[in-house]
Amino acid sequence: MSLREALKSGKFVVTAEIGPAKGVDVTEFLENAELLRGKVDAVNITDQQSAVMRLGSLAGCHLLKEKGGEPVFQMTCRDRNRIALQSDLLNAYVFGIENVLCLTGDYVTLGDHPQAKPVFDLDSVSLLQAARELEQGRDLAGKELKGAPKFFLGACVTPGADPVEPQLIKMEKKAKAGAQFFQTQAIYEPKKFEAFMKEAKKFGVQVLVGIVLIRSAAMARFMNKNVAGIHVPDEIIDEMDEAENKAQKSIEIAARLINEMKDMCQGAHIMAIGLESRVPAVLDAAGL
Amino acid sequence: MIISELKPFPEVLGYLEGEKKIFLVGCKGCAEVCHTGDEPQVLEMKQQLEQEGKSVTGYCVVDFLCDKALVKIRLLPHEAEIDAADSLLIMTCGIGVQATSAVVNKLSHPACNTINAGGARGEWRGSERCRECGDCVLDLTGGICPLTACTKGLINGPCGGAKDGRCEVEPEVRECGWHLIYERLKKLGRLDKMKAMPPPKDYGKMQPPKELRSTIMWALEQEETKV
Ligand code: SF4
Ligand code: SF4
Repeated sequence: MSLREALKSGKFVVTAEIGPAKGVDVTEFLENAELLRGKVDAVNITDQQSAVMRLGSLAGCHLLKEKGGEPVFQMTCRDRNRIALQSDLLNAYVFGIENVLCLTGDYVTLGDHPQAKPVFDLDSVSLLQAARELEQGRDLAGKELKGAPKFFLGACVTPGADPVEPQLIKMEKKAKAGAQFFQTQAIYEPKKFEAFMKEAKKFGVQVLVGIVLIRSAAMARFMNKNVAGIHVPDEIIDEMDEAENKAQKSIEIAARLINEMKDMCQGAHIMAIGLESRVPAVLDAAGL
Repeated sequence: MIISELKPFPEVLGYLEGEKKIFLVGCKGCAEVCHTGDEPQVLEMKQQLEQEGKSVTGYCVVDFLCDKALVKIRLLPHEAEIDAADSLLIMTCGIGVQATSAVVNKLSHPACNTINAGGARGEWRGSERCRECGDCVLDLTGGICPLTACTKGLINGPCGGAKDGRCEVEPEVRECGWHLIYERLKKLGRLDKMKAMPPPKDYGKMQPPKELRSTIMWALEQEETKV
């Protein structure tokens, strides 16, 4: 079942993500893909995550598709201008990749090539607009295409941002520009998410709540200090601190969060960041 | 010198949609030389706006509109006229629009596109404010330039990287430009501007012909090479 169909069916949808290797050894990438096969409805392939140069998302999506997976092609606007972005959208389509997550992208200085020239010719909203134009059979310059693609377009939003209003304004713009589904930045506060969804519901899009698996209390503290829009409450950090079996605890917390927020949205997006092997256990624990 | 050109009138009129009373601000600096913001252009704009049914509450031509401190002083005698206006229309470069926005609590619309700064930064020298994009979007952003204030030069709102109002890049020294834009528009009660959907930016306008990107100095240099 495609992601589009899964979301349409009304079931609670689960997506996960994997990052391609830095290099051409795809063994681990394929192992992770195999771990998730049949367990989740789609798998995002990250695009030079954190501005770190590596194997591309398009190649990753293609590999996953060959193995029968349902990939979500993540695209950022950091490294390509509108010519390359539109071309890659066409490339994705001919490879049978329909799901595209349109992102702005982290700034180059956050990654491993701070010397690079940042692009940002388009941004997340105009990338969505570009994809929509291509679907109409023309490109951003208004030139006609020989054969038009069809996509299932997604975008990202940060429900834990403070203030959240700018995020909601941009979310509405993304929805207007063509985003049909949203995968959120991680959120650990169901109350906050509930308030966010009250507003987000108005945009008529499908929302998958983001969960980053917490490895340790130290990691949670690190995210609180350094990652925008993520706030892990003290109770969860203490829980993690006190737990004997950290791996078990991280699974338990993720499953609990999913269950607490399940009725507020249409699915969950689990970002395991290297702990892909734990995703099936999280789903089991959450009863999914 | 900072080279600006007047935006097409329909574009300017579009910015003023829903607004009836406008206060005009011109500039006797570079905009006088470019014939974009001197008194005759301001009066012509006044007439054009009145023909479209707008009322102009007053106008002021400031010697250097890019000098934030000066703008404040020069606008002071016009306080009542500015108070009576729905918004201001600024007929000069992007720096002048931003200087006005910074001292007036009303939306300031740009009437010009800034094409080239010829190495100048205007008289408000604290920081880089205009990147001479040739297609000024200050109307949508509360008079804060998203090309210079936002590290990524985004025109559609903030990325997900801002934390506590600071940019994901150099947070110690950089505020998030979109946080500033949001706060300003919110204060002005004009968050609708942030919801607008501009078309993808035309960066071709950032590369106008050489003579437009250059100053009179360049023209002189050209002559010099001939002798
Ligand atoms: S949007 Fe910014 S860079 Fe472009 S003309 Fe206006 S002030 Fe200058
Ligand atoms: S954090 Fe703010 S200023 Fe920095 S790139 Fe993102 S939107 Fe722009």
